[in-house]
Amino acid sequence: MSISVSEPLTEPLTWPAEGVARVPYRVFSDPDIYALEQERIFRGPVWHFLCLEIDIPKHGDVRTTWLGDTPIIVTRDHDGKIHAMINRCAHKGALVCLKKSANVESLRCVYHAWNYGLDGKLKNVAFRKGIQGKGGMPDDFDISKHRLEPLRLEIFSGLIFGTFSSETEPLRSFLGDRMTQFLSRNLGRPLKTLGVHSQIIHNNWKLYAENVRDSYHATLLHTFYTTFKVNRLDMDGGIILSDKKWHHISYTKRATLKPAQEYNEAKVHSAQYESKLAGPALLAAWDEFDDGITHSIQSVFPTLVVQFTLNSLAVRFFVPRGVDKTELFWVFLGYERDDAEQTRMRIMQGNLTGAAGLVSLEDGCINEFVQRGTRTSPQRAAFVEMGGREAVSNESSRATEAAVRGFWHGYRNIMGFETESTR
Amino acid sequence: MSATPLKAEATTVIDPEIHLRIEDFLTCYAHVLDDGTIDEWPGFFAEDAIYQITTRENCEAGYPIGVLYCEGRGMITDRVKALKTANIFEGHTYCHILGRPSVRQERLGVVAVRSNFSVFRTMEDGKAELFATGKYLDRIDLRDEQPRFLERRVILDSRRIDVLLVLPL
Repeated sequence: MSISVSEPLTEPLTWPAEGVARVPYRVFSDPDIYALEQERIFRGPVWHFLCLEIDIPKHGDVRTTWLGDTPIIVTRDHDGKIHAMINRCAHKGALVCLKKSANVESLRCVYHAWNYGLDGKLKNVAFRKGIQGKGGMPDDFDISKHRLEPLRLEIFSGLIFGTFSSETEPLRSFLGDRMTQFLSRNLGRPLKTLGVHSQIIHNNWKLYAENVRDSYHATLLHTFYTTFKVNRLDMDGGIILSDKKWHHISYTKRATLKPAQEYNEAKVHSAQYESKLAGPALLAAWDEFDDGITHSIQSVFPTLVVQFTLNSLAVRFFVPRGVDKTELFWVFLGYERDDAEQTRMRIMQGNLTGAAGLVSLEDGCINEFVQRGTRTSPQRAAFVEMGGREAVSNESSRATEAAVRGFWHGYRNIMGFETESTR
Repeated sequence: MSATPLKAEATTVIDPEIHLRIEDFLTCYAHVLDDGTIDEWPGFFAEDAIYQITTRENCEAGYPIGVLYCEGRGMITDRVKALKTANIFEGHTYCHILGRPSVRQERLGVVAVRSNFSVFRTMEDGKAELFATGKYLDRIDLRDEQPRFLERRVILDSRRIDVLLVLPL
């Protein structure tokens, strides 16, 4: 999908000739680019994760969320049907729902008491006929012409996606076969929420999108992974890119560890100390699937991640909060079918990720270090050539930045940022 | 996991000397964290103690996973080892401001204590900011000379953690 639009940036952005093997620092700190992303990506022909089906299990349940900067309401109506709409009254534009979660008969704006059904249709307007025959709306006021602005919505494996664009392709083809298969593997059975929190990271949202696709850094920065042999690049694993390269899966098979000298030779700080846990219950795990995969990270462009670290299943999604600020949401999950012991293991392994995660807390600051390092040099570019210069799957090694290049492939495509040579 | 009471009501009159002993213990804990003598931190807990950091939102929803969960002093010690030798983060210090605890006798020698706190964090660049507010829900064993936490649940008011949480609260 290539969108040709006139260059809206006051100062046009020309992508370096090396293509996806370079990333101009400017994309992380330019407010004009941030604004353009809201239009082309967040309001453009892309599916965006809104919330989980289990966030609104009962008729009348309401959940507020965001699609980019736009506040969103997701509802389950009294017939059980799910709807998504902008959280903005059709009258003056005030937020209609203020709480994260609620169970209601209808949606009521507190400002002038305009009342909407759970499908977003306007049901009645306070004082429509005025008071004692005086005032009121004009005679030609048509209640059916005012409503909460709806989003298109599709659901896959308990994930609710929304889009503003009528041109967005069907969700299944947006995801592609490999991605839907793996989402089904991880989420395709009744889920239950085990815990939630969020993390404010002081960096552009795309630095986190890169970070979760970066299998090169995972075992270098996150010492705990390596030391306790949860995930190392000398275990079998690979990177799968979706057909259009926008999404990815990174997977590891823990049982296949063949200790590589490179970890010691590179003086990788993450392999510098050998240690046993004083509380080994942290890493007690069982094989949930028979495919040997014990660790996986799956991204769905632009802002969704599904994590399966040992038995720790979590959905992460991130919301841009300005050009240099992002809120990262963690939703820890289990299955309805889990027994007490399995739930206990997921709780223990919950320590691995999240804002205080033993293998993930570094990501709270590392992207900020890039933000701080790059913001004064918008004309410079990052060098992204680990594992080659192309964005292609690699099922034999994760010592590659292939999925990072895949993200930039998708990003450039939808933003219309062309390279020097093609201009 | 046992349900967490959100309040420790002061139902019986506690001997002022016991109250003072508890206040000293809680103050000492905070100062150890604020002064960076993190190696002393596990010593505040009983062998099979629970230490948890979670949020008001998780508590109210009955969700068992919060931000951090340790069961037993082994896991508590592992956190210290991880932050000293494994985890990468920008250096920072805390300043705990504690509220006066309310104390309830649970059984002979064991008290349930609730106290409010705020923690200011000073980062490498010199900036000091409010990092966390919330309450401690504790069960403290007073039977030995050295009091010890049987349970310390840190309930954050906010669901949001700024940057990361690596030093305990």
